[in-house]
Amino acid sequence: MTATTASPATSFQSIILTLQQYWAQQGCVILQPYDMEVGAGTFHPATTLRALGPDHVWRAAYVQPSRRPVDGRYGENPNRLQHYYQFQVIMKPSPMDSQDLYLGSLKAIGLDPADHDIRFVEDDWESPTLGAAGLGWEVWCDGMEVSQFTYFQQVGGIECDPVPVELTYGLERLVMFIQGIDNVYDLDWDGVPKDAGGKVYGDIFKQAEIDYSHHNFERADTAMLMRHFEDAEKECASLLEGMPPLPLPAYDQCMKASHLFNLLDARGVISVAERQGYIGRVRALAKACCEAWVAAGSPDAGDANG
Amino acid sequence: MAELFIELFGEEIPARMQKAAEARLCDALLAGLAAAGLGGENPQSWSGPRRLAVAISGIAAKEADISEERRGPRADAPEQAVAGFLKSAGISRDQAEVRSTPKGDFLFAVIDRKGREATAILPEMISTLIGDFNWPKTMRWGTSRKGWVRPLHRITVLFDGKPLAGQVDLGGEMALPFGAETEGHRMLAPGVISLSGGASYAAVLEAAHVIADRETRKDMISTGLSAFAGKHSVSVGEDQGLLEEVTGLVEYPHVIMGKIDDDFMQLPREILVTSMRSHQKYFSFENADGMLAPYFATVSNMSADDARDAVICAGNERVLRARLADARFFWDQDCKTPLDSMVDRLGEITFFEGLGSMQQKAERLADLAAFIADGDAETCRRAGHLAKADLVSQTVGEFPEVQGVIGGYLARHGGEDKAVADAVAEHYRPEGPGDAIPATDLGRRVALADKIDTLVGFFGIGAVPTGSKDPFALRRAALGVIRIIIEGEIDLPLTPVFDKAAKAHGFDATPENLMPFFHDRLKVWLRDRGIRHDLVSAVIRQGDSRNDDLNHLCRLAETLASFMAQDDGAALLAGYKRASNILAAEEKKEGRRFDGKVDPSGFRDDDEIALHERCDALAAKPVADTDTAIARMQSLGGLRAPIDSFFENVTVNDDDQQTRLNRLNLLARIRMIMEEVADFSAIEGQTEQKG
Repeated sequence: MTATTASPATSFQSIILTLQQYWAQQGCVILQPYDMEVGAGTFHPATTLRALGPDHVWRAAYVQPSRRPVDGRYGENPNRLQHYYQFQVIMKPSPMDSQDLYLGSLKAIGLDPADHDIRFVEDDWESPTLGAAGLGWEVWCDGMEVSQFTYFQQVGGIECDPVPVELTYGLERLVMFIQGIDNVYDLDWDGVPKDAGGKVYGDIFKQAEIDYSHHNFERADTAMLMRHFEDAEKECASLLEGMPPLPLPAYDQCMKASHLFNLLDARGVISVAERQGYIGRVRALAKACCEAWVAAGSPDAGDANG
Repeated sequence: MAELFIELFGEEIPARMQKAAEARLCDALLAGLAAAGLGGENPQSWSGPRRLAVAISGIAAKEADISEERRGPRADAPEQAVAGFLKSAGISRDQAEVRSTPKGDFLFAVIDRKGREATAILPEMISTLIGDFNWPKTMRWGTSRKGWVRPLHRITVLFDGKPLAGQVDLGGEMALPFGAETEGHRMLAPGVISLSGGASYAAVLEAAHVIADRETRKDMISTGLSAFAGKHSVSVGEDQGLLEEVTGLVEYPHVIMGKIDDDFMQLPREILVTSMRSHQKYFSFENADGMLAPYFATVSNMSADDARDAVICAGNERVLRARLADARFFWDQDCKTPLDSMVDRLGEITFFEGLGSMQQKAERLADLAAFIADGDAETCRRAGHLAKADLVSQTVGEFPEVQGVIGGYLARHGGEDKAVADAVAEHYRPEGPGDAIPATDLGRRVALADKIDTLVGFFGIGAVPTGSKDPFALRRAALGVIRIIIEGEIDLPLTPVFDKAAKAHGFDATPENLMPFFHDRLKVWLRDRGIRHDLVSAVIRQGDSRNDDLNHLCRLAETLASFMAQDDGAALLAGYKRASNILAAEEKKEGRRFDGKVDPSGFRDDDEIALHERCDALAAKPVADTDTAIARMQSLGGLRAPIDSFFENVTVNDDDQQTRLNRLNLLARIRMIMEEVADFSAIEGQTEQKG
């Protein structure tokens, strides 16, 4: 593992391609990122909603750009970003060889478990905004947390049956590990040598990290954000109350509200006391969407959402 | 006699749960076998990340045969009664015997049941046991409806070395059949291996790169750590908690040592240790001078291999670099921020709903610390003012475990008095029964103020601990106060402090249940130090103004305990009880209380004169403070002989009324003299005396 010579095999984009290839071979639907701002790959309806209702079998994998406004560091911190990528796999019902399939994916991207120290370390997962919880591990490779491995037990306050397993790879961290570099901005993105026009992560995203940090912490119009939060909340409710209820578009509003809350949080205008209130409001939207989604998918719902 | 062997193999069990689960599995099996009358002895058990196993020998091949006779209804009883009896006994009419008894002819059932084979009993028993097994948290997987701690893959059940057929039903059309095969180390020995029982279990697994026995794994880790420490002339810190946890993370431990970049050695030690310990499960080392050594050790789950070890080491070093770079970023930011400006931002954090913000908490804390200061009130106030500032620091945001300590570093960095910085650093102590109280006087005062403010506040809004529920750790806080006052020998009656804190919270008065709560905690704490709770109750006399003085109560309880451990003490207690019983009876009759005013000229007996003189001698040294109370208690032994002779030779209820009243008053005087230092009626008799 030598640092920072461009290599097509370990470039950021080729790791993504390899993971897609690998999970496609395991029978996953390869999806594209959801076209909205979300805090994590779990928010993608392919995970949140599909973890529940109507398909008994659902396997999907996709890259999801994820935004955590509060993690912005103006491009100065080598390990923290307010915008980063997750690779997400969801398999329902969780197969008995989930762990082996996961380890196979590490091998596929050049981390042969026989050459490293892989550990499954207890880490129960909970998303208060999604009303979701699961049990599982963080997976360590040579001390580095490379993935989250979670057996969902509940989503939107609803028990999962069957139980899906969710695998989340933090792509920047994983590829930094594979490329053996200490600064995310030095990540080789395309495997093309620099003198031939090759790009590293910083070439593509550093300015964005700087600009968005200003936006998230200083510039975003908080009055507008609050207004939009309330709009999203109202729209979500109205989409669910009308006939027929429209859980998918309603859930878009839930994701929107969640991201607006994250921005307000980064702007520092939400007090500790208010925080729980906002989280509860987003959770209420998520629950309502999940309930409507399950109801629409149940056999007696006819073909309203077929 | 046969052996039962069980192994449960599955996905990684949380490290903190394994040891208890191993014991629970073993106990549940032993109990099940005993209940089935199958015996069972010499249990052996194992646990690790992916498996729990138990072997129990001395198991009977079958249950004992049962022979039982049951009397039924009269032979000529109504048909319904007869049918009911036959059904309950499981026999037909011809199998029932008719026997003559003095009360007439009765039906009898003679039931001879062959004991069932163990092989018939065990599968059901084991599958119930697994189905009912109690984990701190369980989960479902796939389509299962029933849970286990993580997905369970294999259940090996061997009886007398042979596989036993059976299964565990997981619901949702999932079932796990019993088998005789398990798996070895995931990477080092892929594939299945056959098991044949407890005797060979550890060896068979070791061949598959799994060390089954926890203690063996622990020893391997300790040995590995010591070897590295020796090589680099450093010492490894004793850390049983981490050792236990890491033992639960590996099946095949192999210690690998890494280096901490010099750049990071300037960071506060606690940041380094916390990054390494709680986030990465690394062990840390100390140089001979007690300073942190620039090394860490990780315990890998792979066998030794130079090339692989180098990769694993480099990977871990890189992870640590990233973590520490992050930590340094926060630390540098914090160092640029004046501590006073952090205090201003405490208003953004709620202390607790109904108890104001952290800024208000800090203000109350500062005032209260100044109030209980010994001498320099302003320094104490300053320390109290700054104590909570680090809660808004980025470092504590990242590493909540190092709150307080970081505040201390920041205070030092900001040029505060050393005493102030130390007090800020240690004001959360003691953080548990194993943790020391603050080392400095200022630290102790601030810690007291912090804990008392919290206790008064939560009691004031009715958020008191109930049963096992103590979400705000108020018992721990009270215990902290008790330990600081007693171990730190701080002379601090609590009532004025409580009143001051209650006023700061805006309460009308100190919550009434707070002092009794402290008394309960004091009893628990002293009980752990070998002093019976009734002796502590005895020194907490109702209405005594010194009940809020913990040192007073503690010293008195200790004196009383050592007095009661002597013959004199036990005998005097008997004398006291006899005296107070007589008094109680006579006082009831007379409808008044004897006040102990005796008339020395009315004595007729040498024994009562001797007793009276003894009382005079005792009363000559009045009880005014803790020392005189202790002196009184220590000299009470001198009452024993005169009391014993008094009861032996003197009749209290003399025919002469004057003599009788005088003697009753003498007894009342003894009662008074004794009760001035302890309520002896609260002390349990000798038979209940323990430790």
